[in-house]
Amino acid sequence: MKTLDFMLGHYAYWFTLALLAIGLYGMMMKKNLVKKLIGMTIFQVSVIIFYIAGSSKWGGTVPVMDKAIDVADSTKYINPLPHTLMLTAIVVGVATTGVAFALVISIYKRYKTLDETVLLEGMKKDSDSDE
Amino acid sequence: MIVTSNSPVLIPLLFLATALLIPLVAWKRNWLAWPVTILASFASVAISVFNVFLVIQEGQPIHYYLGDWVPPIGIEYVLDHLSAFVMLVINGVAFLVLIHAKQIVSRELPGKEMPYYAAAVLMLCGFNGIVITGDLFNLYVFLEISSLSLYGLIAVGEKQSPVAAFRYLIMGTIAASFYLLGIGFLYLKTGSLNMADVKAILPLLGDQPVVFIALALIVLGMGIKMALFPLHGWLPDSYTYAPSTSSAIIAPTGTKVGAYVLLRVLFFVFGLTYITRMPVPVTSVITWLAAIGIIYGSIMAIAQKEMKRMLAYSSVAQVGYIGLGIGLANPLALVGAVLHVLNHAFMKACLFLVAGNFRFKLGHSNIFKLSHSIRKKMPWTMAAFTVAALSMVGLPPMAGFFSKWYLALGTLKDSNWHFLVVILVSSLLNAVYFFRIIEKVYMKPIHNNPVENEESAEPVRDEVGSSMLVPTLILAAGLIVLGLLNAFIVKGILNFIIPAGM
Repeated sequence: MKTLDFMLGHYAYWFTLALLAIGLYGMMMKKNLVKKLIGMTIFQVSVIIFYIAGSSKWGGTVPVMDKAIDVADSTKYINPLPHTLMLTAIVVGVATTGVAFALVISIYKRYKTLDETVLLEGMKKDSDSDE
Repeated sequence: MIVTSNSPVLIPLLFLATALLIPLVAWKRNWLAWPVTILASFASVAISVFNVFLVIQEGQPIHYYLGDWVPPIGIEYVLDHLSAFVMLVINGVAFLVLIHAKQIVSRELPGKEMPYYAAAVLMLCGFNGIVITGDLFNLYVFLEISSLSLYGLIAVGEKQSPVAAFRYLIMGTIAASFYLLGIGFLYLKTGSLNMADVKAILPLLGDQPVVFIALALIVLGMGIKMALFPLHGWLPDSYTYAPSTSSAIIAPTGTKVGAYVLLRVLFFVFGLTYITRMPVPVTSVITWLAAIGIIYGSIMAIAQKEMKRMLAYSSVAQVGYIGLGIGLANPLALVGAVLHVLNHAFMKACLFLVAGNFRFKLGHSNIFKLSHSIRKKMPWTMAAFTVAALSMVGLPPMAGFFSKWYLALGTLKDSNWHFLVVILVSSLLNAVYFFRIIEKVYMKPIHNNPVENEESAEPVRDEVGSSMLVPTLILAAGLIVLGLLNAFIVKGILNFIIPAGM
């Protein structure tokens, strides 16, 4: 029963862990570069959800000053810092995805494929023909 | 004094402003990009030198609070002996490589100078920010700034380079996300992101598995960034296919920054006493992986035909030395590791510039196509190569000998003599893969078969221009000077980097 409580009490973290594993699987095991990117996005989102889950608390509200709530009572407000950090992380994630898509376009223009196995063969052929 | 109190923030700010300035001034005038880059880079070297002397004079870290928000609420930049030293290394080597870049970038990337230099400057901004910041999340932001510019710098090289950059992007994003997750765990436990503050709070928490997971995630992430064996998969392709200047600027600085973050987090955020209480001996794991990486990188380097790929595998081995010094975690080994950051930056930059010179004049850098005529064609380039190669092998009085010496003393201190064997064996392997080039170029009489090689019987002097030759030679001469001056460097600055309690 205690284990079950632990599992249910931390359900947000289990969810995050599942997302993390799915993302990592997509990045490592999928052969298509766009699928790898989808995995990468899931991976980054899982980290963001982890921060948000960590900062939430029951009975807390948005950290905007309200006359009805005691300002000094920190249990009444959600810590805003993780949210702010994650805004930065989201921006970083968008920039990374943008750079990644630019690379994917460039790869497709050069090799006419996005399949990693075919790409690696093509790369090998190119470096052999240099010699 | 206004300069003194603001000096930690000047270099990241300078590079950030320059990265924005270059597209503005060089939009239609591509030729303007290089002078602006060089000016900013020179200014950064001047400020770095000033910072080093300032830290030595003050004898204690200089703190800068961004926006006057006092930590742990605000972000602080900390200029101590270690960060001042590493910044000087990064900016000094980057300055020389950027001077060298002028001709080779306009040859390899015609008409794209403006975006190229802007990305290079942005990358330097990221590196300097990583080194100077005293805030864990700020470090993540700078890490991503530098990584995103790095992917761009690699992807504009040969035909295969976007694939190499994409694979690096996947690995780099995993590394950064692991780091972010690690500091997330730390933040949830300590409620602080300031390095000094976290260090003060951690011992109060006692032994918690969460903190261990945080350390493991950060070490894993930084292991990827510094290409610690077996996480080095992204490195050889990236360095080989990138443009010559990109390899020459990334190889000496990029992996070192990862090693620096590892050192910072291990000894200045967690602290040695806390790490030794962990359920898994983290430092021993790093040491063993580094030792395997040293041997593996050296053997793989011997097997390569392409000079840049050989140098890339050699980088895996050399980063192993730094990892070895960090993992051994005693004062001598740590001095050796940080001294090797300096020495390896000079050696690798010099060797990659030589590879760039070959590509510029011969059109390739394939080891099997190098012939003895090069010693007449490019005597100074070959001389620089020989000096750097001897330093890589570790012959005194070259700089490479002394960092290996400190590392060797470090292995003996805790009677880890098996790592001494690793250092010696890898020096021999270094000799194998460098001397096969030296042998090919120098050890053959030039007139041995005049009938067969009629047109190459009298090779004409065809050395690269002075804007490329001078940086190469300065780096080579620097190896001898650094070797002779190593006692001053260690006494003057490196003895102060050892964290308290080691």
